Amino acid sequence: MFGYYLELALRSLRRNKVLTALMVLAIALGIGASMTTLTVLHVLSGDPVPGRSSTLYYPQVDPRDMSGYLPGKSQPMYQMSWIDGMNLLRAKRADRQALMTGGLVAVQPHNTMLDPFYEAARFTTAGFFPMFGVPFEYGHAWSAADDEAHARVVVISAALNDKLFGGKDSTGKTLRLSGASFRVVGVLGDWHPNPQFYDLLRKSFGENEGVYVPLSTSQDVGMNHDGSTDCWGNGGSGKNPSHTAPCAWLQFWVQLDTPSRAAAYKTFLVHYSEQQKALGRFQRPPNVRLRDVMQWLDYNRVVPDNVRLQTWLALGFLLVCLVNTVGLMLAKFMRRAPELGVRRALGASKRALFAQLLVESGLVGLAGGTGGLLLALLGLWLVRRQPAEYASLAHLDPAMLLVTFLLALGASLLAGLLPAWRACQIAPALQLKSN
Amino acid sequence: MGIRPILSALRRHKAGTLLIALQIGLTLAIVCNALFIIGGRIAKIERPSGLDERDLLFVSTSHAGLKADTPAGRAALAAGIQGDLTALRHLPDVQDAYETNALSLSNINWTLGLKLSPDARGGAPGAFFFADDHTLATLGLKLVAGRDFKASEIGRHSLLGTLEPPVVIITKHMADSLFPKGDALGKQVYFVGGATKPSTIIGIVQRMQTGNSQSERDSFTWNSILIPMHMLEPARYYVVRAKPGRLDAALHSVPAALYAQDPLRVIPDGTGADAGVRSFAQIRAQAYRGDIAMAQLMGVISVILLAVTAAGIVGLSSFWVGQRRKQIGVRRALGATRGDILSYFLTENLLISMGGVLLGVALVIGLNLWMVTRFEMAHLPVPYVLVGAVVLLLLGQGAVLAPALRASRVPPVEATRSV
Repeated sequence: MFGYYLELALRSLRRNKVLTALMVLAIALGIGASMTTLTVLHVLSGDPVPGRSSTLYYPQVDPRDMSGYLPGKSQPMYQMSWIDGMNLLRAKRADRQALMTGGLVAVQPHNTMLDPFYEAARFTTAGFFPMFGVPFEYGHAWSAADDEAHARVVVISAALNDKLFGGKDSTGKTLRLSGASFRVVGVLGDWHPNPQFYDLLRKSFGENEGVYVPLSTSQDVGMNHDGSTDCWGNGGSGKNPSHTAPCAWLQFWVQLDTPSRAAAYKTFLVHYSEQQKALGRFQRPPNVRLRDVMQWLDYNRVVPDNVRLQTWLALGFLLVCLVNTVGLMLAKFMRRAPELGVRRALGASKRALFAQLLVESGLVGLAGGTGGLLLALLGLWLVRRQPAEYASLAHLDPAMLLVTFLLALGASLLAGLLPAWRACQIAPALQLKSN
Repeated sequence: MGIRPILSALRRHKAGTLLIALQIGLTLAIVCNALFIIGGRIAKIERPSGLDERDLLFVSTSHAGLKADTPAGRAALAAGIQGDLTALRHLPDVQDAYETNALSLSNINWTLGLKLSPDARGGAPGAFFFADDHTLATLGLKLVAGRDFKASEIGRHSLLGTLEPPVVIITKHMADSLFPKGDALGKQVYFVGGATKPSTIIGIVQRMQTGNSQSERDSFTWNSILIPMHMLEPARYYVVRAKPGRLDAALHSVPAALYAQDPLRVIPDGTGADAGVRSFAQIRAQAYRGDIAMAQLMGVISVILLAVTAAGIVGLSSFWVGQRRKQIGVRRALGATRGDILSYFLTENLLISMGGVLLGVALVIGLNLWMVTRFEMAHLPVPYVLVGAVVLLLLGQGAVLAPALRASRVPPVEATRSV
């Protein structure tokens, strides 16, 4: 029966090419626009560390004085001060922990063909690599002992390794950074967490840093800090924040494998705040937060408002296109009343007619979906040419491809429901009488 | 010709009527909001920066080997900057130049703030720019009160200590936010970040946009502070004003002159936002690229939406005309003129469109209220809704014209065919 309906549908669609083309075009435009924006939204709201994001937490404490404090409303300090970061790191109360900040280092290649250049760096502790599941192409991470020993070791990204060492195994080689010699111990594999959840103040999307150096060593060498520094009270200014100044400029991440461990850690943060208050360092009542990766991204509103706005507009656009298709489909089906009347008179049931008409609208949906897919690919190509940070990430993945077709098919079947039902209500006798 | 027969005919086509009205309403709602977004972005792009933007160049230079943490290093950097500036100011293509850390709209923005006493909590936030006695002339800033920096006032800063310059020049917006009575000139202010020595406001410029082109807050957009200091940094910027009409020549001669001063420095190549040499026109275009893209997208969506809606009206109206050929024939046979038939369909469409527009206005207001809370957008002004409504009514009339004309050409003899 399906084959027969298909043949009827094709015949009917072919009979009125303009109307068919209009319907297909309307669905294609609606699907194309919505899939473009939905894909961007999907990419941007993705999980940067799948499988780990629910066990990674960003603890925050509030070391500031009472000025501007609103009980119950004030958010704790966005970043960590050196003292708090070091205290929490050394307390080792989590399954894994790492203290880090962003930096900018001058890379002075041995290769004289290359001029010295600046590279974004991450100053961090050994926990960073195992905690975030960072893959290595060559070598390995440095150890906690290297952190303690202020070792002159460096881990570089695959991109930087390509640039400096032609992509070969560079472990053991020497690299001059900001005037000091470092030994390369590891080269990262393919690792591009997006959004860059661990330091959203640097940038939310894009390439991660090229150079990874132990935090302790970076301070010895006097490498430039690059990121936001928030001071309170009589905090200092200047490029490299001092370790004792009341300034927050580090990010602290912990791994807590079970929810009960997370609850215990939160209690620990409260105790820590109380203890620091007793010591006179903190003045506010304990004000702590412990957000996991997705909560942290959500709190930071990582997905730009522009993107959300575009998504809503595109969905509104799809709605108009659908209403349009319903109208056109209604016109098309009603015009075929005489033919449907004949089929009814010859014994076809209402259900059979309904099914036949739905096959026809489904066919329009498939054609529209294919068109929409092409338009979405074009749309994403246009998005990638935009200047936004996230632009290069806008690609259609298999899941979204499936969603495209389901959306198109569902939308056109939905659009076909009302017209098909109306067309089935025709009294066959009336139609046979006329013409 | 009365409206009553049209209404009773529409009652027999409820589904189609409602669909067209709904479509017109939704289209109106989306197009109005899209137009409003476009209008907002254009207004944002057209804000004057306060600079005389023609003939301005922004040059980035760095030298990875140099450092400012020793006295010898600082002396070398200071000498390098002085050498660069002398070379630049003597170029035949160049009118004036100065060294700095950032420029209006450049997306490079160093913010600190000013407060009225060292112990004050709060103050006014502001973007600061290292400047010298050539800065006002180079940028073409308008001084509304006080005076320019003197050559003897220009100090040095290696970004290591607290900022506490003896004198500053600030924008009028910043002056008014610190001293609402308008008596900022000559007053003492303190830099946020631990300054204990005051800075005297010696000049107020009318307007100078910060490096931030995207902030919604006026204080982050218009609060700028000029600091009379050379920034002793291996990574720094030069702002150059080319002589009138010699910008293109300066695009080449400026980096060449800088390389002649220090062959080991890096001025990045390229044409994008990372380019080492950018004209202000490029900076402006890059600063607002996202806004331009958004406005274009909204424009394209609106046009396509209007086209889709028009096509939908044409489709349904054609169907109705086809369905009613007999009735039209009867009316024509009974004496109705072609004009009567034409005006019947035009009026019918006008009625449906007006219903749709009413629905649309309700949707527009609802949608806008939602966007105001959701995306911190402003309330939609009435003219946008009126323009949108008129556009859609005209669109409806235009779309129905072809089917209506076809209807008016139905011959009276149609009445005699069948039934």
